[in-house]
Amino acid sequence: MPVFYENRQLVTPGDLLAENEYINGENTYKENGKIYATRVGLFVAEDKRVHVVALKAFYLPMVGDTVVGKVLEVTLGGWVTDIRAPYLAMLRASDALERPFKPQKDDLPSLFDVGDIMVAKIVAYDRTRDPLLTVLERGLGKVTRGQIIEITPTKIPRVIGKQGSMVGMIKEETGCLITIGQNGRIIISGKSPEDERLAIMAIRKIEQEAHTSGLTDRVTEMLKKEKGEKSKKEVVENVPKET
Amino acid sequence: MSQKKPEKLIDENDIRSDGRKLNEMRQVKIEVGILGNADGSAYIEMGKNRILAAVYGPREIHPRHQALPDRAALRCRYHMAPFSVQERKSPAPSRREHELSKVIRESLEPSIFTEYYPRTAIDLFIEVLQADGGTRCAGITVASLALADAGIPMRDLVSACAAGKVDGRLVLDLNDVEDKGGEADMPLAYMPTMNAVTLLQMDGMLTGEEFEQVLNMALEGCKQINQLQKEALRAKYKVVKEAEAEKEEEGEKEAAE
Repeated sequence: MPVFYENRQLVTPGDLLAENEYINGENTYKENGKIYATRVGLFVAEDKRVHVVALKAFYLPMVGDTVVGKVLEVTLGGWVTDIRAPYLAMLRASDALERPFKPQKDDLPSLFDVGDIMVAKIVAYDRTRDPLLTVLERGLGKVTRGQIIEITPTKIPRVIGKQGSMVGMIKEETGCLITIGQNGRIIISGKSPEDERLAIMAIRKIEQEAHTSGLTDRVTEMLKKEKGEKSKKEVVENVPKET
Repeated sequence: MSQKKPEKLIDENDIRSDGRKLNEMRQVKIEVGILGNADGSAYIEMGKNRILAAVYGPREIHPRHQALPDRAALRCRYHMAPFSVQERKSPAPSRREHELSKVIRESLEPSIFTEYYPRTAIDLFIEVLQADGGTRCAGITVASLALADAGIPMRDLVSACAAGKVDGRLVLDLNDVEDKGGEADMPLAYMPTMNAVTLLQMDGMLTGEEFEQVLNMALEGCKQINQLQKEALRAKYKVVKEAEAEKEEEGEKEAAE
C-alpha cells in the first residue's frame, strides 16, 4: 500500500501520490490505478483517501453556498452579479421580491444598482447553466456598511475554523460583525474603524499562516496584544491632555 | 545585424561557441508568481532568453461566440517585445508569432483539465523580453508554471527543451547562433509523469539514427527542466514557510528574554 509523500508535504501538479487501493479526493486524479496531484498544495492521506489541500485555487460555485456578490448589470428581469467564479451569477427579480415581479411597477435599480454589494445564496448551478442566486432568506440581502476583503477561497475553511471557532473568536475579540462568503469575500462591519482594522489584521494573519497548526491561539494572542497596546497608547495620549 | 557567425561553432575540444559542452543546457533561472495583477505568472531566464508568462482565468469568455460548450477555451498569445532582438521588431504580431501561439496552445492544452470548466476562457500571455534561440521551448516551460500558479488543475507540468545538429555534432538546447548556423533543430515538449510528448517539431536534416539520438537527448533535457520547474514552484511556498519559522524563533527568543 504505497503512499509516496508524508502528510502536509508540498506537492506539485503531476506528482505521483499513491497507488492501487487508495481513493482519490480533492485536487487529484486517478489513471491506471495511480493517483496524481493536479494542483500545488499540501498532501493529506486519511485512511484510504488521498487528497491535496490546494494553496491557490479559484472559487467554483456550489448549490447552497453563501457568497458575496457585486452587481455588474441591471437587466429587464434581474441582475448580473460577479461572484469571483468563472461564471457570472444571475439574480432574478422574483428571487429578490417577496411577491410576483411586475415589470411595469417594480423599479429594479432601486433594489440593487450597479456596484452594489449583496450577500446571496446559490440556489441552482450545474455545468450547463450559470449559477442562480436568491436573497430571500435570513441574513441575505444588500450590504450597506462595512469593509470587504478578499482572500483565496481555499483558505475560507481556516477562517471559519472548527464549528466556527475562529470567526467566533474574532467577533468576540473585536466586536465586529463578520459575514463570510464561500467565494473568498469577507464583509467586516464594526463600531469603529479601529475594530475593523483589528479584524482585518487577524484575517490576513490567518490567510498567511493557513497551513500551520495552533493558529487560533496565536491569533487570539495577537489580538489581545494589539488591544492591550492600543489601550496603553490611549492612556499615554490622555495624560498630557488632562494636565 | 552586428552578430557574426563564427567559422566554427564547436571547437576541437568539443566546446561550443558559448563555452558549453555538447549535452549541456544553458543556465536556467525560474521564478513563480511575480506579477501581482495576473491570476498566475512566472518568469524564466534560460541563457540569454528572458520570458514572462501571465495567466488569467478561467473566466467569462468574450466574445461569446468563442465559448466551447464542453470545455474551457485556452487562448494563447506568444509575443516578442520590440527590443527582444538586435534589430527592432515591429510590435504587431507577425506570421511567426501567430503560428507559435497556436503551437504553444496545442502543446499545453493536453495538460489542463479544460473539461472541468465549460464555456469559460483561460487566457495565457507569453511575452519574450529578450530572445536567444529556443524561445518556444522556454515559453512552454514558463507558461506551464504560470498555469500551475493560477491554481488551474493540471494532469502534469509540461517541460520543453530542444536538441539538434550543429557542425555535424548532436547538441542539446541550441542557442540563436547554433540554430541559424546549424544543420537541424528539434524542439520537444513533454509531460514527464504521463510520459507523453505534446510537441515535436524539426527543421533541417537528420538521418533516422540521428533523429532517435536527438529525441533522447531532448527528452533528457525536458526531465532536467521538469526538476527545475518543480523546485521553482516549491520555492514560492517555502519562502512563506521560512519567514514563519523565523518569526516563531524570534517569538521564542523574546519569550526567553
